[in-house]
Amino acid sequence: MIGESVLALEPIVVGVILAMAVVTYATKTGGLWLVNRIEVSDRLEAGLSVLPGAIVIAILGPELAAGGPAEWGAAGLVLIVMWRTESILLALGTGVAAVVLLRGLF
Amino acid sequence: MQDDSETSDREPTTASGSDERAEASHAPVTFNRRGIRAGLLTCVPVAVGVAGYGVAFGVLASQVGLSVAEAALMSALVVAGASQIIAVELWADPIPVTAIVVTTFAINLRYSLMGAALQPWFRRLSAPQAYGSLFLMADENWALTMRDFRAGNRRGAFLLGSGIAIWLFWVGSTVVGALAGETIGDPAQYGFDFVLAAVFVALAAELWEGRSTLLPWVVSLGTAITAAEFLPGRWYILLGGFAAALLEVIRHDR
Repeated sequence: MIGESVLALEPIVVGVILAMAVVTYATKTGGLWLVNRIEVSDRLEAGLSVLPGAIVIAILGPELAAGGPAEWGAAGLVLIVMWRTESILLALGTGVAAVVLLRGLF
Repeated sequence: MQDDSETSDREPTTASGSDERAEASHAPVTFNRRGIRAGLLTCVPVAVGVAGYGVAFGVLASQVGLSVAEAALMSALVVAGASQIIAVELWADPIPVTAIVVTTFAINLRYSLMGAALQPWFRRLSAPQAYGSLFLMADENWALTMRDFRAGNRRGAFLLGSGIAIWLFWVGSTVVGALAGETIGDPAQYGFDFVLAAVFVALAAELWEGRSTLLPWVVSLGTAITAAEFLPGRWYILLGGFAAALLEVIRHDR
């Protein structure tokens, strides 16, 4: 079953993967590289400080908006479990179980 | 899971925001094994969630014809889940190389903002420490790291440690998913497709800082949903973050 095909590395595929790795590393380091070279004012720092939550919300918003009652219900449950227990693992487990159950219902 | 035992790097948190900023710019930032360990242990529950997503990626990758080794190599070197899944969605014969690379860049541009947000702490680290850690920066461990820094900790190796946890689970789960690729049917059947959304709901709950957070988040949400309607790819993530940051810059000393 596990033969040569599992370990196959086609040169063109490896090339695409390397190119993806290079541009991704450039995005990961580019921001820090830039702000290390310019003076960061309090004002700019205030802007940067809201980025964590804002980006999380920007990722989440359209994803949930594209979902339905099952996803919204499960997201609500994740929020409640996080709020009550502060356990990420418990919250994730609840969310995944809930989305499967709710998708069966809706 | 809890990092309460790691109290020696913890500094007293201050009440006012401006003091906190001053502290952030002057206090030393450590980079040691203790910080790596704290990041790794804190991130394991999140990395388990990421693994659900990694299995889904592995399955998708094997379905478009990538070998297990190729899927694992992509996870090991790119370390950026959303862009990998979208790249695999774009996969065709012949491979649309330019489209895949440009889309990857666009999706991952948000990492520039995230890396910049680490600057108040990371400028205290050496270049190899900072730029080496950034290789392992993903959405989840970045958010955990920001939370740790903002709690008043100065553990500069936290991103690296939490990144190692993500990387191990991400690559391992990719292999599992790719091997299971032919036998697993639809990942959605097991709720795996919801794992990423659940991770972000949980992170949002942790990043909520009270009423001052509300307006930037509403602006980000509105911008992101509008942009997702009209723009291709994942530009909406970048625009949502930018809009909230811009709002904060404008209202800073209103």
